[in-house]
Amino acid sequence: MDEHYNFGFLDERTKKMIRRAMLKAVAVPGYQVPFGSREMPFAYGWGTGGVQVTASIIGRSDVLKVIDQGADDTTNAVNIRRFFARTTGVPTTEKTLEATIIQTRHRIPEAALTETQTIVYQVPMPEPLFRLEPRRSETITMHALGEYGLMNVKLYEDIAQLGAISKTYDYPVLVNERYLTSPSPIPKFDNPKMHMNPALQLFGAGREKRIYAIPPYTAVRSLDFEDHPFEIQSWEHACALCGAENSFLDEMIVDDEGSRLFVCSDSDFCSERRSAGHVGTQQAVTMPDTLASARGEEP
Amino acid sequence: MNNRLLLSARNVGKQFMQGSRMRWACQNVSFDLYPGEVLAVVGESGSGKSTLLRLLASRLACDEGSVHYDVRNEAGTAMAAAGASGVFNLAELSEARLRWLARTDWGFVEQHARDGLRMNVSGGANIGERMMALGARHYGKLRGEALSWMERVELDTARIDDLPGTYSGGMQQRLQIARNLVTHPRLVFMDEPTTGLDVSVQARLLDLLRELVDQLHLAAVIVTHDLAVARLLAHRMLVMKDGCVVEQGLTDRVLDDPQHPYTQLLVSSVLTP
Repeated sequence: MDEHYNFGFLDERTKKMIRRAMLKAVAVPGYQVPFGSREMPFAYGWGTGGVQVTASIIGRSDVLKVIDQGADDTTNAVNIRRFFARTTGVPTTEKTLEATIIQTRHRIPEAALTETQTIVYQVPMPEPLFRLEPRRSETITMHALGEYGLMNVKLYEDIAQLGAISKTYDYPVLVNERYLTSPSPIPKFDNPKMHMNPALQLFGAGREKRIYAIPPYTAVRSLDFEDHPFEIQSWEHACALCGAENSFLDEMIVDDEGSRLFVCSDSDFCSERRSAGHVGTQQAVTMPDTLASARGEEP
Repeated sequence: MNNRLLLSARNVGKQFMQGSRMRWACQNVSFDLYPGEVLAVVGESGSGKSTLLRLLASRLACDEGSVHYDVRNEAGTAMAAAGASGVFNLAELSEARLRWLARTDWGFVEQHARDGLRMNVSGGANIGERMMALGARHYGKLRGEALSWMERVELDTARIDDLPGTYSGGMQQRLQIARNLVTHPRLVFMDEPTTGLDVSVQARLLDLLRELVDQLHLAAVIVTHDLAVARLLAHRMLVMKDGCVVEQGLTDRVLDDPQHPYTQLLVSSVLTP
């Protein structure tokens, strides 16, 4: 631990202010609480909101895991993990089950979370209505009065123009049947995991200066239509490394002839399975060139 | 026509700051409106017609006087905003209740359809918006309703998924009307609904409005500077000048036997080809 910094980088009064905002956020699930976001030694977009939340709740007995796009070894995750290791000295881990605090960007781990864990999301845009209603004063009124028909207008428009709801990440949810909430840019595949999750879920948006929360065991419903129900993504393939058939897969293009490798996005989940003896095909798959058939050529 | 009052204005007025002086944009306006009745507000531009309309629809707060409205509550609309029914001073209703009124029991047809429509979503979504705001969550039913309303206002149903920006001016105005009437309001405010349309389109729109008002037993307050529109649609009319009502009465009476010098001027200045 670097003794030149206060524990967790932020000073104690700032942490107290952020904790106070979090208490309010937990008390009103899904409600966006403004807070005095601090300048962090990261650029906006690197998770300054999530880092401030983590810095305010982390203690010496905590174990920290940081993931970005499901993986522990990506730039953003590595840097934030190193930042906290340096400013707090707490142990870090890549194992979901060992962690007490998981800071995440773009994913919820595949392994089920427990009551002893807290998951911290980095949020770029906390306001789910911002593309539909540009006036902040108006969106605040809409939240206050629970007027969320506009979000369904957007979903209606998707179905009318494209035949299905096109939103695949940051899919809007209704928390505790009250507040419309942005789940941060996680794939809609992860939305069902938020529902009645035993772990505390905290969301921090640094640039937008908002904190919100989903307390443990809170109902989270993804918006949909009765005749176009919410669905999660599915793949025709299993993970090439561990053979998992029900995890979120990354698609990697491995050559210029249409070969693709499907692997688990959650790197810890994948390596756990591999060490437990699960094996995938280890093969990239060749996908038919759908554009060629659309052009009328022989594939 | 039953005798229960729908809307009543009592000495309504609004003043605006002009330079450093306050100036009354409209002052001391009183009238009653009954269900199914159409009232036209006529006058030259700048006479306070639109301000009056905005006061009635609670888009602006009154600086003097008050507007009362007979708020109804249907059993089906179990909204948090819903409360007791009866005649209320609109200034005393909560914002939630006013917004609920504005999207269920009222309609507001803007002069420029662009102001009243959501231009970045399709015609169908525009019609469905109010229903979705009231909790409709069945895509097929929403679409069915949108199609039937497009037919009712004589829009080509094949264009349901087109953006309103691709519609002609007359079609946009029809779409705006459909979007407002979809929740079966009892009262519709219209601000110069036919201005900016060419005469043949105007005539068809007026025809449509007259039919809808009749079928749905709508009450309406129509602001217009076009006396022909008032003659065709309205049962009664108010004539405004410089923010004050100078004459009011049955449309035919006012137009055929104008009493006030300004009304006489207005009637005599209409060209009859």
